[in-house]
Amino acid sequence: MEKILLLAHLDESGSALPRAAREALAAALELSSALAAPLTVGLIGENVEAAANSMVGCGAKILATTGAELSQPRYATDSAAIEAICRKAEPTLVLAPATSRFARVMGGAAQLLGGHIDTHITALAAADGAPRATRWFYRQRVEAVLTRTARPWFLLLDPGTRAQWDGPVCTASVENVTVTLPPTRTQVTCIRAPKQDEQTIRPDAKLLFVAGAGWTKKQADGQVHVADAEQLILGFLKGSGASLGSSKSLVDQTGEGQTALPFMSHLNQVGQTGATPRHPKGLSTCCHGEEPHVVGWRFIGERRAVNLDANCGWARGKADVLYVADAFQVVKAVNELLATRGKP
Amino acid sequence: MPNIFHIVVCASIVPDPLQTLEPISGPTGPALKNELMLPMVLDPWAACALYEAANLAAANPGSKLWLVSLAPKAKLQQVMMSVAQKVAFELVPVDGPLGGFTDAQSTAAALAEAVKSIAGLDLAKTLIFGGWESANRGAGVTLQVLGELLGTTEQFQGVDEITVNADGSFQVLERIEGGRHQVSTCAGAPAVLGWATGKLPEPRNNPQIGMANMRSIMPALQKAKAVKLEDGPKYLSVALPKQQRETRIVRDTPAEQIARELVDWITAE
Repeated sequence: MEKILLLAHLDESGSALPRAAREALAAALELSSALAAPLTVGLIGENVEAAANSMVGCGAKILATTGAELSQPRYATDSAAIEAICRKAEPTLVLAPATSRFARVMGGAAQLLGGHIDTHITALAAADGAPRATRWFYRQRVEAVLTRTARPWFLLLDPGTRAQWDGPVCTASVENVTVTLPPTRTQVTCIRAPKQDEQTIRPDAKLLFVAGAGWTKKQADGQVHVADAEQLILGFLKGSGASLGSSKSLVDQTGEGQTALPFMSHLNQVGQTGATPRHPKGLSTCCHGEEPHVVGWRFIGERRAVNLDANCGWARGKADVLYVADAFQVVKAVNELLATRGKP
Repeated sequence: MPNIFHIVVCASIVPDPLQTLEPISGPTGPALKNELMLPMVLDPWAACALYEAANLAAANPGSKLWLVSLAPKAKLQQVMMSVAQKVAFELVPVDGPLGGFTDAQSTAAALAEAVKSIAGLDLAKTLIFGGWESANRGAGVTLQVLGELLGTTEQFQGVDEITVNADGSFQVLERIEGGRHQVSTCAGAPAVLGWATGKLPEPRNNPQIGMANMRSIMPALQKAKAVKLEDGPKYLSVALPKQQRETRIVRDTPAEQIARELVDWITAE
């Protein structure tokens, strides 16, 4: 019989679970039910009491490794904590959210425990008493369903792929698991983030705004209008609260010292060599290209596009609506309307 | 005293991103149609790691740079014709299967053997570089497992910057959620760094570097050790996404009217 362990760490507040962990808990509960397999939750952090209390309703046994050294993400300490919980729980299946913290350590931890791992899981199911997982290959261009017989099998679940679990807050009974942390030569010093009003990447935004290289190309008057593009894009982000994505060609211009948008970096890049964020809606502007470029908005729900080419492969068959129009004019008009109506 | 690093970059080769990919069922499991015929490139994030490694080696005289690559050696030779012109390195080829459907942990085991076989490599001075995820399997697991197999537990993923201090310690910027970076300091090598894009542009081709590299690359390819990877997961289905949307095309419409429609859509729950 399978034994499922869900691993979770605290978020940066130090007391709550990240949303991705609650989504993974929902997936773990479904799989536990489908396989009739007992579920244990393993928490990692400095003080897990509040987080444990918030998940009492799931009915799972809760284990925890705690300590000041576990307040920060760090490979050596996190892998030791994961190892300790897994040795205590002796699971056959280990589920965990693919947060940046777990994504950088879970592969090593699986190796340490003699397990096998698959990552970027977008769906889990059970058939014939065995779990099966769905994930993408070749940068979201090929989708596969797979299974393994070897155990323990670690599965890292992509955030944003399912609704999060929620339940009443009660006092939890938590079993502490002792961990001997190894000496580490790494110290986490800080988080470096753009200033609040300069932050263009917003994972929780309802809308992804994708800017393509067309914004920095010559316009109808034969001139480039990068300053106007900057003002319009930033104005749209401010008015709509959208997260900003970019095509590779546009961020490459920034790195190569060409005339480019100064607020754009490789962190904004979506697509084959960038991110594939998940947002309910996406609006692409001045984006061009065929299938390989389009993976950047593979996981966007409703999609609309503004560009001048009605046959562009980026939009046709990929977007719900394609507006064949000048993005400069459209975004300017959108910004004016958003200013009068207020931020959504 | 100067900092001397032994930098080992692990990089696979992947289909050129602009190629059309079609999965097929092969004798050993899923594969890509005409995979060996597809034009290949060095894995993009691993290529960034190579350029960062070359920059680091150049800034720390006495440092050495190896490129460990697992791929069919004929394809590897083709890719090396262009990669070799970018930066100076010594190739450590491993003749093995190509593709995203191979197992990350088996791949890491083969890479670990290759790293351990490098003559003159001092593991205490070693920085293992690579892409944090490949463009084929994209698991983000290989470097972590390789680190474990080499006993290196100072590991960083999604790295965009390394700054080495005079005492050999270094500061690392790792990508985290929300377009931010986690800043860490590490007391020094050994360490594993899985790179994201980094800060450096792709170097221009330099035929002189290319010729110097190829003098050692060709003999290395001839001596490349063949490996067979252990079976990975059992694939139940492998397919291209079928989703094709019915796109409503709006033409000859004033910008103001489009804007109203867009704002209604954006603000709708």
